[in-house]
Amino acid sequence: MNHIRPAIVMMLAMTLLTGLAYPLAVTVIAQLAFPWQANGSLIRRHGIVVGAARIGQNFASAGYFHPRPSATTGPDPGDPARTIAVPYNGANSGGSNLGPTAKELVRHVQARAAALAAQNPAAPIPVDLVTSSASGLDPDITPAGALFQVPRVARARSLPVAVVRRLVLAHITPRLFGVIGEPHVNVLRLNLALDALARH
Amino acid sequence: MREDEEQHWLAYACAMLAFSFTGFVGLYALQRMQAVLPLDPAHQGAVSPALAFDTSVSFLTNTNWQSYVPETTMSDLTQMAGLTVHNFVSAATGIALALALIRGFARRSAQGIGNFWVDLTRCVLYVLLPAAIVVALFFVWQGVPQNLGAYTHATTLEGARQVIAQGPVASQEAIKMLGTNGGGFFNANSAHPYENPTALTDLVQMLLIFAIGAGLTNVFGRMVGDERQGWAIFAVMFALFLAGAAITYSVESQGNPAFTAFRVDQAPSALQPGGNMEGKEVRFGIANSALFTTVTTDASAGAVNNMHDSLLPLAGAVPLVNIMLGEIIFGGVGSGLYGMLLFVIVAMFVAGLMVGRTPEYLGKKLEAKEVKMAMLAILVLPLSILGFTALAVVLPVGTAALGNAGPHGFSEALYAYTSATGNNGSAFAGLAADTPFWNDTLGLAMFIGRFLMIVPMLAIAGSLARKKIVPASLGTFPTTGALFVGLVVGVILVTGGLIFFPAVALGPIVEHFALLHGTLY
Repeated sequence: MNHIRPAIVMMLAMTLLTGLAYPLAVTVIAQLAFPWQANGSLIRRHGIVVGAARIGQNFASAGYFHPRPSATTGPDPGDPARTIAVPYNGANSGGSNLGPTAKELVRHVQARAAALAAQNPAAPIPVDLVTSSASGLDPDITPAGALFQVPRVARARSLPVAVVRRLVLAHITPRLFGVIGEPHVNVLRLNLALDALARH
Repeated sequence: MREDEEQHWLAYACAMLAFSFTGFVGLYALQRMQAVLPLDPAHQGAVSPALAFDTSVSFLTNTNWQSYVPETTMSDLTQMAGLTVHNFVSAATGIALALALIRGFARRSAQGIGNFWVDLTRCVLYVLLPAAIVVALFFVWQGVPQNLGAYTHATTLEGARQVIAQGPVASQEAIKMLGTNGGGFFNANSAHPYENPTALTDLVQMLLIFAIGAGLTNVFGRMVGDERQGWAIFAVMFALFLAGAAITYSVESQGNPAFTAFRVDQAPSALQPGGNMEGKEVRFGIANSALFTTVTTDASAGAVNNMHDSLLPLAGAVPLVNIMLGEIIFGGVGSGLYGMLLFVIVAMFVAGLMVGRTPEYLGKKLEAKEVKMAMLAILVLPLSILGFTALAVVLPVGTAALGNAGPHGFSEALYAYTSATGNNGSAFAGLAADTPFWNDTLGLAMFIGRFLMIVPMLAIAGSLARKKIVPASLGTFPTTGALFVGLVVGVILVTGGLIFFPAVALGPIVEHFALLHGTLY
C-alpha cells in the first residue's frame, strides 16, 4: 500500500511532462519551423483548400487520373445510423481487410478489372488500380497505373497522348537514393498540373 | 523515496503494479469524461465502458490493441494526456523490468534488484523523451501534422467536400515507434499518409521499433561484464528476423493467384512493384510492407503499414508465428530481452540435461526454482492464446465479429488473442472487436500476457541476485558461440512449433491450400 502515493505522484508528473509539456512544445516548434507540413500539407488553388498533398481524394470523371480503389466508409447522409461506402473519407481511414480467399475481394477485383479493360483494352491492368489501399487514402498510384490511364484522359480532354504521357513521366517520384521505397505518382498533383495545362 | 534505496524483487514488483494500476484508473476516467473536458475539436462523446476498459489495459500493457477508430473516438486531450503518456511510461516500465532481470544475473549475493521509481524516471528523462522530441520534429519535416486545430474541410477538384482528420500526430508517432507501442493516431496506423508519409519515414519507423530492443542486448552484455554475451543474444534474434522477412517477401511478391484470370498484372517491373497490393500503399510496395510486417511483429510494436488481414496465407502466418514465439525477436522494449532470457534459461536447462550437469548461465546455477518460473512464464502464452481462441470460435458472440469466412476467419480470432497476449497490438483488422465480449476477453488476454509473465520473471531476478558466482571451469557450456545460438533458436522453434502448430495448421495453412486449389469463402 505504501507504493500507492508515489505511484499517483509519479503518474501525475509523467502526465504533465509527456502528456502536455512534450506535445505542446513539439507543436510550437513544428508550427514555427515547418508550418506547411505541421498543418497537414494543404494545397490551395485560388485561395480555396482543394485537398492535402499527402491525402488521396476521389476522382471519378474521365478527364482526371483516378486514384486506387478506397475501402473507407462513412455514415449515410439519409440515415446516420447506417454505414455506406464513402471512398477517400479523410476522417475514417482503413483498408478492406478482406482476406486473399474472400469471395467479395475477388468479385471486387473482377469488376474493377472489367471496367478498366473497357477503357484501355490493349494493356495489362496494373494491380494497384484494382486493389484497395491499406489506408483508403493512398495519395499515389504506380507509374504503370498512371500510364495505363493516359489514353482515356487524353481522349476526354482532347489532348495529344504524347503531351499527357510527358506530364505523367514528369510527375514520377523515383526511389529515394535509388533504393528506398517505390516509384510513385501523386494523383492530386498530377491532376492539378493537368488542369493548369488545359488552361494555357 | 530515496534514490539509492534498493528494492527486494517483491517490492519492485509491487511498485510496478501500483504504478500500472494508477495509470489504468486514470486512463479509464479520462476516456469516460473526455466529452466534458477541453481539447476536443471534433466533439467526440464519452468512450463506452467496455471499450474504455479494453483501451486502458491495452495502452498500460504496451500492447496498444485498438478496438476503435481513433479519429472518430478519441479527443485530442485523450490522445495526448492519456495515450501518449502511456506510450512513454509502459515502454519505460518494460526497460526497467529488463534492467532488474539483468541485475539478477550481474549481482552476487545481493538482496535488491534496483529501484523501480529511479529506473522508470531515468528511462523517460534520459532516453525516451529526448529521442522522441528529435524524431517528432523529423516526422513533421517529412509531412506528419502537428496541430491542435479542427479537422480540415477541403473542396476537391471535382467539387466534393472532403473532411481531413488531423491533430497532434507527430508527437505521438515518435514515441509510438520508439517505445514499440504501435497504437496509431488514425485507424490505418502507419499506413495512413499522415502517420507515415514517405519511404524515408517508413525506414526510420522500422529502425526505431528495433532500436531499443536491439540496444538492450548490448546493455545486457556490458552489465554482466562480457559484451560477447550480448552479441550472442543479438545473433539469435537476428537469425529469426531474417528468416521471417525472407518468407514474407517471397510470398507477397508472388501476388494473389485468384486475380490472374482477370488479366491483372502482378509482375514486378520498372513501372510497378507488383505483388499482392490489396491492403498496401503504393509508396511502400511489397518490399517495405513485408519488412515492416516482420519488424513490427518481431518487436511488440504492432504498428502496421499494410493491412495484415489481406496478406497471403503463408505471409500472414509469419507475423502470427513471430508473436506466438513470445515477442522475443528484439521484442518489446525491455520485454523482448527478458522474454528471450527466459528461453535462454530453458535452453541451458536442456543443455544441462544432455550432459548431466546442473545448468549454469553467466556463472549462476540455474536450479529448480528458476526453471519452473521460466516455464510458468512461457506456458502462460499458449494457455491464454489457445484458450481464448477456442472460446471465441465456439461462442456465437465470438464468431459474429469475424470479418472473413472459412479458415481466414479462424486466423482473425487466433491472431487477435495472439496479438493481445503477446502485447503486440497489430490485428487482422477485419475483426469487429468493439463488442463487450471481445473487449473484455482481449483486455484479459493482454493483462495475462503482461503481468503473469513479469511476476515470475522478477522472482527469477530476485533469486538469481542472491546467488554466488560459480567460476567457469572446463565443463562450463560456453554461451557466446554458434552452438549456443543454434541451441537457443532450436529451443524457441521447438517450443513454439509444438505448441502452436495445430492452430496455425487450421488457419493459414489450410487457407494456403484452399487458395492454390481455387476455393473461395
